[in-house]
Amino acid sequence: MRPATSTVESLTLQIDGKDISCRSGETILQVARDNNIDIPTLCFLEGLTVWGGCRLCMVEIAGSPKLHAACATTCAEGMVVSTASPRLKEYRKMIVEMLFAERNHVCAVCVSNGHCELQNMAVKLEIDHVRFPYRFPHLEVDNSHDAMRLDQNRCILCVRCVRVCGEIEGAHTKDVKGRGVLAAIIHDLDQPWGESETCTACGKCVNVCPTGALTHRGTAVGEMTKKAQFLPYLTLMREAKS
Amino acid sequence: MKPEELISMMEKARADSSAFEHEIRVCTESGCMSLQSDTLLKALGDEVKTRGMTDKICVKGVGCMGLCCNGPLVQADTAMYQFAKPEHASAIVQGLSTQPVAELLCNTQQPFFTRQKLVVRENSGHVDPESLVDCIAHGAYQALLKALTTMTPHQVIQEISDSGLRGRGGAGFPTGLKWATVSKAGGSDKYVICNGDEGDPGAFMDRSVMEGDPHRVLEGMAIAAYAVGAENGVIYVRAEYPLAVKRLTKAINLARRHELIGHNIFGTKFSFNVELRLGAGAFVCGEETALIASVEGKRGVPRPRPPYPANSGLFGCPTLINNVETYANVAPIINKGAAWFAQIGTEKSKGTKIFALTGTVKNCGLIEVAMGMPLREIIYDIAGGVPNGKAFKAVQTGGPSGGCIPAELLDITVDYESLAKAGSIMGSGGMIVMDETSNMVDVARFFMEFCMTESCGKCVPCRVGTYEMHQLLNRICEKRGTPEDLQLLKDLCGMVKQTSLCGLGQSAPNPVLSTLRYFEHEYLDLVNQTQAAHADQSPAATGEHIELEVLP
Ligand SMILES: Cc1cc2nc3c(=O)[nH]c(=O)nc-3n(C[C@H](O)[C@H](O)[C@H](O)COP(=O)(O)O)c2cc1C
Ligand code: SF4
Ligand code: SF4
Repeated sequence: MRPATSTVESLTLQIDGKDISCRSGETILQVARDNNIDIPTLCFLEGLTVWGGCRLCMVEIAGSPKLHAACATTCAEGMVVSTASPRLKEYRKMIVEMLFAERNHVCAVCVSNGHCELQNMAVKLEIDHVRFPYRFPHLEVDNSHDAMRLDQNRCILCVRCVRVCGEIEGAHTKDVKGRGVLAAIIHDLDQPWGESETCTACGKCVNVCPTGALTHRGTAVGEMTKKAQFLPYLTLMREAKS
Repeated sequence: MKPEELISMMEKARADSSAFEHEIRVCTESGCMSLQSDTLLKALGDEVKTRGMTDKICVKGVGCMGLCCNGPLVQADTAMYQFAKPEHASAIVQGLSTQPVAELLCNTQQPFFTRQKLVVRENSGHVDPESLVDCIAHGAYQALLKALTTMTPHQVIQEISDSGLRGRGGAGFPTGLKWATVSKAGGSDKYVICNGDEGDPGAFMDRSVMEGDPHRVLEGMAIAAYAVGAENGVIYVRAEYPLAVKRLTKAINLARRHELIGHNIFGTKFSFNVELRLGAGAFVCGEETALIASVEGKRGVPRPRPPYPANSGLFGCPTLINNVETYANVAPIINKGAAWFAQIGTEKSKGTKIFALTGTVKNCGLIEVAMGMPLREIIYDIAGGVPNGKAFKAVQTGGPSGGCIPAELLDITVDYESLAKAGSIMGSGGMIVMDETSNMVDVARFFMEFCMTESCGKCVPCRVGTYEMHQLLNRICEKRGTPEDLQLLKDLCGMVKQTSLCGLGQSAPNPVLSTLRYFEHEYLDLVNQTQAAHADQSPAATGEHIELEVLP
């Protein structure tokens, strides 16, 4: 999202050796993408508030000892950003491997097989094995809703669904319970989805979910495709109205 | 309250208390209370009553006197008693007019007491935290009066900056600079927040300040609010501190009733209100952005900074957030001046610091020492060294974000910079001493378990990384770890430190890194034992890696 700044100035910065100009207030991620520099993300989705949870978009900024999340860092004049150093690539691999180790991602039997952002990310980052011990947690599938299903085994806790539900649909049916690896998506006061009184069954959460965690019922292995493109359009329309 | 009223109240309270011939003070903080010091306090009161000496002997409950492991502590005139029990009440009262009770006497000339420098805790053990009058008799709210009537907000900030005070919540950020930033931030609504979430294992400094001298915290917050231009304050206390909550609630109510907080304090234009909020048992809610989310009624998870709370904090307003001990330093600085404060401590770390001494040392409890004291002096002189003829092995400072400092580094001084150089941090002031029987890998595992269960789960490196590091440490501790496991552990440390969103994840690897730095041989020993045990078996037997196909 573009933070509202009253005085927009133009800035110049360098990303991966490329000289780029942008407007003040824009994030490194936006500017990189506008210039065809790909910074991987999983929790970011244009149209939703910045979350900063997946940590895949970490970049190096010259002169700073720390890494910075590109989605949450605004550009500054003269910044020199590097998005794909060997260290960053290695960290990204580890993060995605950890996501695979955390829950039960058995792609071969998943409805999202072939259309999954997590799977695509693994391919893009050239991950061919997971170095971490798997957790194999026992997790539930919430099948109580007429039209949609939540499979906790495939959830990566990006909370795109929570954000779209609260920020765009305005229902705030979804939220998170617990902490650490025990954190999980819930509906209302942790009741079965089908019993939720606030869910409008709009289906936005299914469309923004990057994995096979949220799906339409009645889809078979590999059949579930998602359409998250509605979001930028919706937010653009809203901004135009207000 | 008018300024004259504060002065006359103070003078009257002082006159009243000097009318007593004797004074008995009993510690009524959580530590001593758990050893029935409240029953003792009542027994002493009853004893004085039956002797008909209520007009001669003053008996009151006070804050912590420091030597918690010998509690309940009682101060009767010049004699300090330790391990006092309700059945000693009669002897203690009798002792006031005859000889002190010899078998209960605690030597106040031992280094534990004489090497301390009391600034924040100067009134702890002297004032009754539940009595506003008693606190005022000991000078409470004089600094607020001085600031409001004789100083501009700018001068207050200048004074705090000149004093060199740095945040006591962990990072040591210069307090004056933080105040100046908030004061310069635009917007009419601003907030000041006091961070009393204190969640580090083994730390109880802030609890003691809140329980023992709550008005000092309120006064510090009010001065801060005046300086930055805020009218509302929030004290965030963890619900596990019921006594601190009780005392603060009482202090707020009393201060409100006497118009020391509220509208037009001391007849000036300055108004200030304070509310208390309770945490729900999450360590991460001590992190400032998570704390703010929690106060707003949201799930307590951190958010990326910037924007910093100083620009956009509580309800999007500029917010000053400081630690309990930081606020408790404010009144003495205003009263005695920046120059006085700046002469205590080292060049870059000014003032004193409270530490909670725990673990295998003779004297456990709370101490306040000038910054820059050598660690050796704290552990051997003040804490009395390691008991039972055991050898000292390491001291853990800074809680789960800190590290272990080995015996060979005991001569470093305690200040922000040198602790950081030794691979640890000052943190909030926990100090856990370990003797030769401690296994350092197990220590690292303990802290990793803490971080794992306290991770909020927002970001992947901390959520899964702490889990995986804990698994690996488990395997190494249980002699099932391989050299590859150890390498993976090291790799994870770097990644989690560099990529986590908030301080919890960024510092979670510290206990592992610091034990690896000074005690790597203990890790290697355990790993080698695995190797030896499995030398005749296939390599697969040593680990439980299962390779799963993740791609279609
Ligand atoms: C995981 C985590 C826990 C924290 N817990 C506390 C705490 O219990 N008390 C505290 O004062 N600061 C805590 N902090 C530091 C605060 O975020 C903040 O820096 C501090 O309250 C600022 O106050 P100061 O400038 O007076 O030190 C914590 C930080 C992190 C990352
Ligand atoms: S259900 Fe899907 S959208 Fe929601 S947190 Fe899990 S992975 Fe993200
Ligand atoms: S580092 Fe840990 S505690 Fe902090 S935001 Fe990430 S998951 Fe939460």
